[in-house]
Amino acid sequence: MADLALAQALDPEAAVAGRRRLMARVLIYGILGLFALVYIVPLLVVVMNSFRDQPEIARNGLISLPQSFGLDAWWSAWDSYCIGGNCEGMKRYFFNSLWMTIPATLISTMLGAMNGYVLSKWRFRGSEILFTCMLLGVFMPGQISLMPWAFILGKLGLSNSVVGLVVVHCVQGLSFTTLFCRNYYISVPDDLIKAARIDGAGFWRIFWKIILPLSPPILIVTVIWQFTGIWNEYLFGVVFTSGSQQPITAALVALTAGGTTASAYDVMSAAVLIGALPPLLVYFLGGKYFVRGLTQGAIK
Amino acid sequence: MSTLTINDLRKSFGLVEVLKGINLEARTGEFIALVGPSGCGKSTLLAMIAGLETVTAGEIRIGGRLVNSVAPKDRDIAMVFQSYALYPTMTVRQNMLFGMESRGVPKDEQVAAIKRVAALLQIEPLLERKPGQLSGGQRQRVAMGRALVRDPKLFLFDEPLSNLDAKLRVDMRTEIKKLHHRVGKTTVYVTHDQVEAMTLASRIAVMHQGEVQQFDEPQTIYDRPANIFVAGFMGSPAMNFIPAELSTIDGSDAVSFPGHGGGLTTLKLHRSAPAGISGRRVILGIRPEHLSRNNPEVRGKEGLATLVAPVEVVEPTGAETMAVLRVGELEVVGRFTPDEAPRMGEDMIVSVDMTHACLFDPATQRLI
Amino acid sequence: MGLENYFSLWANRRWNVAYTNLFLFSGFYVLGSMAVGLLLAILIDQRVRAESVWRTIFLYPLAVSFIVTGTVWSWLYNPSSGIELLVRNLGWSNFSFALASDRQYAIYAVIITGVWQSSGFAMALFLAGLRSVDGDIIKAAQIDGASTFRTYRRVILPVIAPIFLAVAVVQIQFAIKTFDLVAALTRGGPGISTTFPAIYVYDLMFQRGQIGEGAAAAMMMLVALAVVLVPYSLFVVWRRRREGQNG
Ligand SMILES: Nc1ncnc2c1ncn2[C@@H]1O[C@H](COP(=O)(O)OP(=O)(O)OP(=O)(O)O)[C@@H](O)[C@H]1O
Ligand SMILES: [Mg+2]
Repeated sequence: MADLALAQALDPEAAVAGRRRLMARVLIYGILGLFALVYIVPLLVVVMNSFRDQPEIARNGLISLPQSFGLDAWWSAWDSYCIGGNCEGMKRYFFNSLWMTIPATLISTMLGAMNGYVLSKWRFRGSEILFTCMLLGVFMPGQISLMPWAFILGKLGLSNSVVGLVVVHCVQGLSFTTLFCRNYYISVPDDLIKAARIDGAGFWRIFWKIILPLSPPILIVTVIWQFTGIWNEYLFGVVFTSGSQQPITAALVALTAGGTTASAYDVMSAAVLIGALPPLLVYFLGGKYFVRGLTQGAIK
Repeated sequence: MSTLTINDLRKSFGLVEVLKGINLEARTGEFIALVGPSGCGKSTLLAMIAGLETVTAGEIRIGGRLVNSVAPKDRDIAMVFQSYALYPTMTVRQNMLFGMESRGVPKDEQVAAIKRVAALLQIEPLLERKPGQLSGGQRQRVAMGRALVRDPKLFLFDEPLSNLDAKLRVDMRTEIKKLHHRVGKTTVYVTHDQVEAMTLASRIAVMHQGEVQQFDEPQTIYDRPANIFVAGFMGSPAMNFIPAELSTIDGSDAVSFPGHGGGLTTLKLHRSAPAGISGRRVILGIRPEHLSRNNPEVRGKEGLATLVAPVEVVEPTGAETMAVLRVGELEVVGRFTPDEAPRMGEDMIVSVDMTHACLFDPATQRLI
Repeated sequence: MGLENYFSLWANRRWNVAYTNLFLFSGFYVLGSMAVGLLLAILIDQRVRAESVWRTIFLYPLAVSFIVTGTVWSWLYNPSSGIELLVRNLGWSNFSFALASDRQYAIYAVIITGVWQSSGFAMALFLAGLRSVDGDIIKAAQIDGASTFRTYRRVILPVIAPIFLAVAVVQIQFAIKTFDLVAALTRGGPGISTTFPAIYVYDLMFQRGQIGEGAAAAMMMLVALAVVLVPYSLFVVWRRRREGQNG
């Protein structure tokens, strides 16, 4: 070790190379650190402001080190803050979102798995065309389907209801879940299905006993994708529901739109965090699968 | 009594006809090998026997029963796949149980069957493992085990050994042969390895472009190939084909073709050619092992003819030595024992064993 | 639904602002997030320590909604509470930063926020691409004496060229559909300066009840998507077929 250092000290070329390497490392970490700061600061600001009191925020601005600490803003945001004349805080909208997201996620994932199974393993005349149509659904902007959905929900008597949103999200999400599952099942060897057929297993038995046990990786990806997507969705929420039926994204916009009330940044920060927490939690717990979903959703 | 009968079976995918009128028949207990180059329709034929592909025309009978539209599970067959197709999420035991459970076989019978087959294939220690934890050879064994527990009428194998390395393949080949001997089930075995077909099968069907070129016992296929394709496909190195003309020498039939130094080489035929075709063009087929050095011991043996050929390449493999000889414009491969092996550049005097020579019609490609 | 809806749509000043914005936004947003994403991906690819921590930081904005991002950034852009106040408190008492409330520059506030939100996405795709490059060709380039920079520019990036296209297409598609971000960040204002097609459709249909013209605008969005996606999918199919023939 000492010999090596000596040799390096004596070898000017090695010394130069070593210094350049060090510089490069410093540069790499420097740039990464800078960007990380830009990415982290907004989150940090919101988190800190949710614990500061409003007078202090008004005095020092949003971006400054906290000098007070309190949980009042969180309680107020959850329980009693007034949004559009309704003083119940975010909890109602939080649960609206939850009762919309969980069933819609589970149903659309299950349906997607079955669609994917049929489209990859039981091809029939026209199944490719059907699949192409479903693909189009992935790219369709939500605006196109607003009017038809408004009509259908009206007919079903589900206008302005969380159940209506569940229906919309199940169907709208189907193209993505089908795409994910089909692309995954395509890589399951056909021989497996043939072997099972010779073994006497039928359509459903093959699905339950062979396909589903192979599916956890893709089901996790799909569930995470759907959960974050549906939770974060805004357009359908704001168009098809109003007042107490709105999901949390729509409520957040209503909350901050009514921001004339002297901008209660402490409470609004807490409210924003309440709205961001579930998907963030999912992201931190299942990050690997989240990223996999992103890359697969994009490249295919 | 035949277990499998196939009559004029056809299969088209869209406009492409993949199988063009196949006729096959397997007697009970027989081991049939289907060989042919890639894409000739072997797997398709097997899948149709299994019921995994629909029949376009013709009929398939298993045990006398017409099964054209019978579901795979009701055909009383078992199949071993090239990829093994073991269910990856199940243990070896569950893999073997799956088929019996699907069919509702009584529990005690299931247990007994697993015990019997696991002992037969010596896979008892593997029963609780998942396929991912097995080596290639072990997976192969389990795949056969899964087929065997069912005790079906007919076994189908689709290139079961082609994913194994060379040595293991030879071992498993022997094993399959022993197994068939012991179990005695009718078997259809797809392979593109002609050695496998020769060693295992009681009869071989050579397929090419969706047609069965020849269906016969291995030795017959080897000695009297029905046409040039079969002759070239079976045997390695392949049979040498020399365009020649029928002639006579010393009053008996012979073939002549351009040989060493531009002169005409004439070889006397062992069997006399059918009458009335003298002067006609033929293709002479000679297997590499029927060439040997012309030495005193073999001289005077019946049916030998000699020719002179320069040696161009010598490839020793240890047990034997291959050599490329020049005959006129052609290259002819010979297979020699190491002690009679030619040297590079030598003008070798070669004895040709004409008792095994084949003659083909250049127009129809068929054996004369 | 008649053609007059389309005529009145294209005659409308607000629609003109909307699609001009869309072009501006698409250009900067796509290039910006790809540039940042590529830079971050390459830096992370230099065998940095705690790689997953960096990745987690750059990707978390994708997990939260545009509504949350837009709301928070609107506070940061707000002169009386956000960045301007911070800088003034630091001593530059006449510093001015009112990006989001300036008609001319508000669109750039949207662009910056959009890039912030989604360059992590580009990074994830680029990183996956960089990791998929055959290690042997990189070694070969090193043995050939190429510098790191040259290795990337001449060897690695050309190999992952298809990913650039894929990222660009996905981002353009996001841009065309942009709605939530603007709704939370600027609500299309100040005035109509940050109106986007999607915002306009929503306004026509649900605020002003002009269903016909709203549908016409929605169809135009669909056309824009088709203009991007149809050639791209044809290209992908063509390339796959060509690879299929070669393989
Ligand atoms: N589902 C299908 N649709 C269209 N063509 C097919 C289909 N399955 C097989 N073919 C075609 O049928 C022909 C025979 O295929 P098959 O798989 O039976 O060949 P094989 O003899 O088993 O070849 P290998 O030795 O490579 O396994 C091939 O030309 C193949 O392209
Ligand atoms: Mg095959």
